[in-house]
Amino acid sequence: MHLIPCPYCGERPQDEFHYRGDATVKRPAPDAGEQAFYDYVYTRANPRGWHDEWWQHYAGCRQWIRVRRNTLTHAVAASAGPADALPEATP
Amino acid sequence: MTSKRLPSGGLIDRGTTVRFNFDGRSFTGHPGDTLASALLANGVRLVGRSFKYHRPRGIMTAGPEEPNALVELREGARREPNTKATEIELHDGLVSASQNRWPSLAFDLMSINGFAGPAISAGFYYKTFMWPKSFWEKLYEPLIRRAAGLGRAASQPDPDHYEAMHAHCDVLVVGSGAAGLAAARAAGEAGARVIICERDFVPGGGLLLSPADAAWRGDMVNALEAMPNVEILTRTNVFGYYDHNLLGAVERVSDHKAEPDQHEVRQRYRTFRAKQVVLATGASERLIAFPGNDRPGAMMAGAALTYLRRFGVVPGRNAVVFTNNDSAYETALALAEAGSGKVTLVDVRSQSALAAAMTARGIDVRLASEVAYFDGKTALVRRRGGAGGDKFVADLLCPSGGWNPNVQLASQSGAKPRWEATLASHVPGESVQAERSAGATKGIFGIGAAAYDGARAGREAAAAAGFAKAQDFALPERGPAEQPIAPFWEVKASGKSFVDLQHDVTAEDIRLAHREGFSHVEHAKRYTTHGMATDQGKLGSLVGSAILAEARGEPVEAVGVPTHRPYTMPVAFGALAGHASGAHFQPVRRTALNDWHLRNGAVMQPTGAWLRPFFYPKPGETGWEPIFREARAVRSSVGICDVSTLGKIDVQGPDAAAFLDRLYINTFSTLAVGKCRYGVMLREDGIVFDDGTTSRLAEDHFLVTTTTGNAAPVLEHMEFHAQTVWPELDVQFCSVTDQWAQVAVAGPKSRETLAAAVDGLDLSNEVFPFMGVGEGKIAGVPVRLFRISFSGELAYEIAVPSGHAETVWEAILAAGKPFGIVPYGLEAMSLMRVEKGHAAGPELNGQTTAADLGMGRMMKKSGDVIGRVLAGRPGLADPGRPRLVGIRPVDTNKRLRGGAHIVREPGSGTSMGWVSSVTQSIEHACWIGLAMVENGEALKNQRVFAVSPLHDESVEVTITSPHHVDPENLRVRA
Ligand SMILES: [Zn+2]
Repeated sequence: MHLIPCPYCGERPQDEFHYRGDATVKRPAPDAGEQAFYDYVYTRANPRGWHDEWWQHYAGCRQWIRVRRNTLTHAVAASAGPADALPEATP
Repeated sequence: MTSKRLPSGGLIDRGTTVRFNFDGRSFTGHPGDTLASALLANGVRLVGRSFKYHRPRGIMTAGPEEPNALVELREGARREPNTKATEIELHDGLVSASQNRWPSLAFDLMSINGFAGPAISAGFYYKTFMWPKSFWEKLYEPLIRRAAGLGRAASQPDPDHYEAMHAHCDVLVVGSGAAGLAAARAAGEAGARVIICERDFVPGGGLLLSPADAAWRGDMVNALEAMPNVEILTRTNVFGYYDHNLLGAVERVSDHKAEPDQHEVRQRYRTFRAKQVVLATGASERLIAFPGNDRPGAMMAGAALTYLRRFGVVPGRNAVVFTNNDSAYETALALAEAGSGKVTLVDVRSQSALAAAMTARGIDVRLASEVAYFDGKTALVRRRGGAGGDKFVADLLCPSGGWNPNVQLASQSGAKPRWEATLASHVPGESVQAERSAGATKGIFGIGAAAYDGARAGREAAAAAGFAKAQDFALPERGPAEQPIAPFWEVKASGKSFVDLQHDVTAEDIRLAHREGFSHVEHAKRYTTHGMATDQGKLGSLVGSAILAEARGEPVEAVGVPTHRPYTMPVAFGALAGHASGAHFQPVRRTALNDWHLRNGAVMQPTGAWLRPFFYPKPGETGWEPIFREARAVRSSVGICDVSTLGKIDVQGPDAAAFLDRLYINTFSTLAVGKCRYGVMLREDGIVFDDGTTSRLAEDHFLVTTTTGNAAPVLEHMEFHAQTVWPELDVQFCSVTDQWAQVAVAGPKSRETLAAAVDGLDLSNEVFPFMGVGEGKIAGVPVRLFRISFSGELAYEIAVPSGHAETVWEAILAAGKPFGIVPYGLEAMSLMRVEKGHAAGPELNGQTTAADLGMGRMMKKSGDVIGRVLAGRPGLADPGRPRLVGIRPVDTNKRLRGGAHIVREPGSGTSMGWVSSVTQSIEHACWIGLAMVENGEALKNQRVFAVSPLHDESVEVTITSPHHVDPENLRVRA
């Protein structure tokens, strides 16, 4: 079970969080067209390694946060609030 | 009876006798015994029958790797199958029985399978039972069930309790041998909070076999017990290593008693979140494949030493020890010291510096030799690869193929096992998590060397956790280096050579798997079931890999072993469930009116986490009678229903209306204050997510209601979009589901009822019309009123602060008394909603669009709405998709079934849709239903068939409007 650093509450166990998925996709403008929305909902890179993901601290502060997590090792490198930037690169 | 107890020695209390029972016979043993050691002390040689061939088997090991001595432990509700006799702590009154024999252990008819051996080779299940199909039920399945059963689980509920405990520590040490004790001591001396787990009931591991180190072991355990920052957990098996240094374990709290003390748990599931982990789990001896290596009397050399040294039991009279490494020499010596018979040491190596010392103790040493055959009475010893050989009388045969470091936990943590040629085995690879291995786990053997390595690991772990203080303590002497092992896996001779005793997998089966194309180690494992039994191939996994490697013409390290996964040992479901079983499986949510429902005879029903009144039967009412009575009261006069479980979300802020406009397909910014509106929200993929009414309480204040089941997902959906997609919108929300109780008052007399109860609000149709929202007081309690209807009748819902729910409910009941008001439950509500044709859970099933439910026109013409774009995809916009319709049977005596298919003609294999909801109707005096039917709109008034092959039923039905009552919607506006 992971430990996830919530930027607002500190490091908390995974069972206080809900996972949503890929945080690198951005909801298109309403007039962007079907293909753009299709890609937003369905098209995923599914990387082996570092990945930015949406998690919600639902049993805590209820904030949605972005978590940089390694899909291979499950290591967590960083987290940030929705408006804040994650580090440029992760070693 | 060739095994027996020695008059002295070992860690057993000869002064106390305990009685136990095996297969109906009574025996005695001593505290400190395992069931296995006590059986051996009583001369019991045959303990089980093998899984496939029903070959007789004896005790092979002294630990969790035991493949043969699986027993049913205890009786009745506490009967537990497949427990390992080598792991069971003996206690007074213990009852056990052998397994997998029929009719008895000594005379097993099924051992005839042994003669039919070639027919039951690897892949047997895949191949043999494919054809003919009709043979399966009558012949194969009963045969397999009789032949291949392991133990029987108890058929009664488990009477015992289990619990969970979660701990944090600086350093977790797994294993309490020389390395583990030294690691715990070093880390503890540095000031770290240390937990040390030992699977066994005595700490010490390999130290328990070394009388010379008994004093050091005692000193270490005493020192650790005296340290307030160190906790020693015995009988605690760490079964898994998970992400971010979380480890799982089971503590066997009272398994060493006949039954737990009062209020005592049987087992405790534990998790440890450790800053640093030291794995000191030791090593397991591996098998050598040779014909007859499974016969009773075959016992691993290390196990034989354990029985001699720890339990004071001589496991046989005339022994042959068969080895490729130095460790088994100690077994030979100990046997020679303890036994009266002949001891022969067979070493595959051509030279051994230890041979002379053995000969001096009367041991017959055969170098460059191998055991070609063993039948439980004699062993054939020959020159390696040669013919002929010498026959030895032997009732004990002790193989030692070398030692495999127990890398399972390290491997689970992500450290890939690395091949170590000097051991002919794997050691833990580079650490991925905050862990390090020590001692034999790392391939460092010998008590002194392991202790030294453990102390180093403990110091390093403590330092990594922030505790740098070092304090020296005494360590045992390090012994001389051992001679190199000669990798040796299999004696090539005719007969069954086993690599997996529990699953009866032979060396030949491995080669067969290779010949048939299952050459990858993971494929060969699954094809042969090698390593898939409860011992997880601890004895022979690597031997199987080596045989596979030879068949592939590659080195064994290129083949590897199958991936190690949790659990390292079988874990009882009860331990994992803990208290979360039965009524405690999950918390029950009760509405504020729960006690009233119970006092008034409601039949309560769990719906999700909620407990809701199903109906309120009167004496003598059966079946549908209370439901009909309640629904008729609503349709003819007035009823009251607890609808508190609805999700309620309070939404506030200057942009609240703009936010709701994006959330729902219809518009809320145009909603007047004091009004409510029904809304539908979609998922971004265009499928309907949820529905409900939303009220505008003020310009910047809305109250959203959700379906009971979607309350939490809708809130998360709203939070995600407000926080991450449209952070520029100034809107806040909060769940108020528990703060407000809600009751529906429905029926033509609902206005008159409420008029008598409500103060401060004019309920006349002109002032408070359909979809009106207002505030007033009932019995002095401030309430919100909503004129909405789920039943299709004139109706209101009243929201009341939860603490006052019963006061308000009683006041409404009193006001409705002149009209014969009745409380109605979930069933009457469902009946009326199907009659009215409201979509609910069965229709909002994650596959339907708004258009499918007849609500396509609700989508506003412009503006950003979640799901709008993808709902327009051709596949979702296709007018031929199944649409919501009503159905009624042509023959009004016929019953309808939810889940039935809609077809044109009986017997047709082409489904046009499905029946989603059914009920008996009070308005139509027959079954009615809702269905999703392709081109449903165009099929109105046509006849089709609802077929349920499960019930062998086919009912002709007429397609109707989904609104079985009041399609013009006049009643709700009355
Ligand atoms: Zn938080």
